[in-house]
Amino acid sequence: MTTGQLAAQPLSRVEIGRIRADFPLLRRTVRGGRPLVYLDSGATSQKPRVVLDAEREFYERHNAAVHRGAHQLAEEATDAFEGARETVARFLGAGTGEVVFTKNGTEGLNLLAYAFSNAGAPGALDGADDSWARRLRLGTGDEVVVTEMEHHANLVPWQELCRRTGATLRWIGVDDDGELDVARLDEVVGERTRVVALTHVSNVLGTVNDLGPGSPVVAAARAVGALVVVDACQSAPHLDIRPLTAADSGVDALVFTGHKTLGPSGVGVLWARRGLLEAMPPFLTGGSMIEVVRMERSTYAPPPAKFEAGVPMAAQAVGLAAGLDYLTEVGLDRVHAHDQQLMRHTLDLLADRPWLRVLGPPDPQRRIGAVSFVADGVHPHDVGQVLDDSGVAVRTGHHCAWPLHRRLRVPASTRASFGIYTSLEEVDTLAEALDRVPGIFGLAG
Amino acid sequence: MDLYGELILDHAKRPQHAGLREPYDVEVNHVNPTCGDEISLRVHLETVAGGAQDGAPVLRDVSYDALGCSISVASASVLAEESLGRPVAETLETYRHLHAMLTSRGTDPGDAEQIGDAVAFAGVAKYPARVKCALLPWTAYLDALARAGADISAASERPEGA
Repeated sequence: MTTGQLAAQPLSRVEIGRIRADFPLLRRTVRGGRPLVYLDSGATSQKPRVVLDAEREFYERHNAAVHRGAHQLAEEATDAFEGARETVARFLGAGTGEVVFTKNGTEGLNLLAYAFSNAGAPGALDGADDSWARRLRLGTGDEVVVTEMEHHANLVPWQELCRRTGATLRWIGVDDDGELDVARLDEVVGERTRVVALTHVSNVLGTVNDLGPGSPVVAAARAVGALVVVDACQSAPHLDIRPLTAADSGVDALVFTGHKTLGPSGVGVLWARRGLLEAMPPFLTGGSMIEVVRMERSTYAPPPAKFEAGVPMAAQAVGLAAGLDYLTEVGLDRVHAHDQQLMRHTLDLLADRPWLRVLGPPDPQRRIGAVSFVADGVHPHDVGQVLDDSGVAVRTGHHCAWPLHRRLRVPASTRASFGIYTSLEEVDTLAEALDRVPGIFGLAG
Repeated sequence: MDLYGELILDHAKRPQHAGLREPYDVEVNHVNPTCGDEISLRVHLETVAGGAQDGAPVLRDVSYDALGCSISVASASVLAEESLGRPVAETLETYRHLHAMLTSRGTDPGDAEQIGDAVAFAGVAKYPARVKCALLPWTAYLDALARAGADISAASERPEGA
């Protein structure tokens, strides 16, 4: 996948208007009648009416516990749930047997991390294909590699895995421009590396990490047989991520979450190579994920069922499928082109304000979805409060990426992030609202 | 904006009694994990000898190093200004009234007689996400008092009339 020359046209003003009309919440006002300017889609996206309708229709017409019962509703509910899996598989360019529904991205990453520590239990890998099973064995002397720009969800589960197994956590650093320090990759990824877990797009900086053919990180991991795990939570809403699941991509597993991708909360997706899923021990256990249960012990269903214990979030999966179809219908190439247009406009406007410092890559083509910045002498919370007073919703704080903020030597930042429905005029409103900040806090604007 | 009154901005820009000082009994470090705001705070208590207050602790010094938004830094400054040199029991009374005001969602305007300059934070109550910012220094203060051996049970009582 390239972030270089874009063949697709950005969305026109008319198209954005049509899209916005599909998102009921965008019509509301906030803080005393101001039109809402929602620039927090990196935290969670708003939902188009088709997603709300899909969930509602499931509950009004087909609701039953899926994969249980022989009655008609149970059949319909199961078909709806499995149909949603097919939509997710198409979105990913993968097979349905490689798509596991999880609660969110965080659960997907924990599911993977626990596969390693659970693999250490006696008999856990019995019968598993050794070419995958041996890659799940982790112990003292082994190393798990992450990056300094990870969201806590792709850091803390690996820290905990290392604590449980005695493995060592290492990380690829970030440079002053918010790019991975790949020049020193060979000091981090080596013969002892068993897993390289990294984000596709930084949730703070919008930095797009190169995971395409020739990616130095993927190549380094492959060279030593380490599994490559990708957090696609921030890229899935903006980019065609099918290249990541291609047979020769070198990526072994990825996660994304529904609620950032126009879908409901409570549903996420783990994709992994079929052989890896087959070798991985289960994470949550109980109903639905079993094959034969006896009092002494049980055997487990093949994936993806093996990882879907309990009655699943069927309505939410159906809603997510509707959200993914919405993105696909607009076309992810055009969604990306739209995002690039917003990114250039935002960086231009922020550059006009010397009292602001933008974090991350200066080149808009190196970024997707999010722009974080700091105002000299004004805490991000206070910036966010002034924006909120103008109806502009942004995120303030460390955005669940505390180590990255430490690396960039800022305690926190203000983040504007985009969705498919974000307009250029909203970015103008952000800039106008920011211009209130120097006056209120006595900066030389 | 009603949130950033002059008093808050003044305290945020020029925090009173800032900086960690000697001597002290206890130092605590508190963070707000949602935003990363941090405060280190020290207390130095003395015990009153004789009179009706015999044995009661007095806050001889409270010093701090606050890193955070204008609300949390100003709150630390006001805490120091309102509490320095006073009997601990009185500072707990201030806290109770302040806490009631901050968690009232704007229905309790605060009483300057009870909480002094801290009435400037009345606007914060309308922004639930910012209440924690204003309370961070006070939470650290209560923790420091408790670690220094002071009785802080009065802090959790409801203020009269509230």
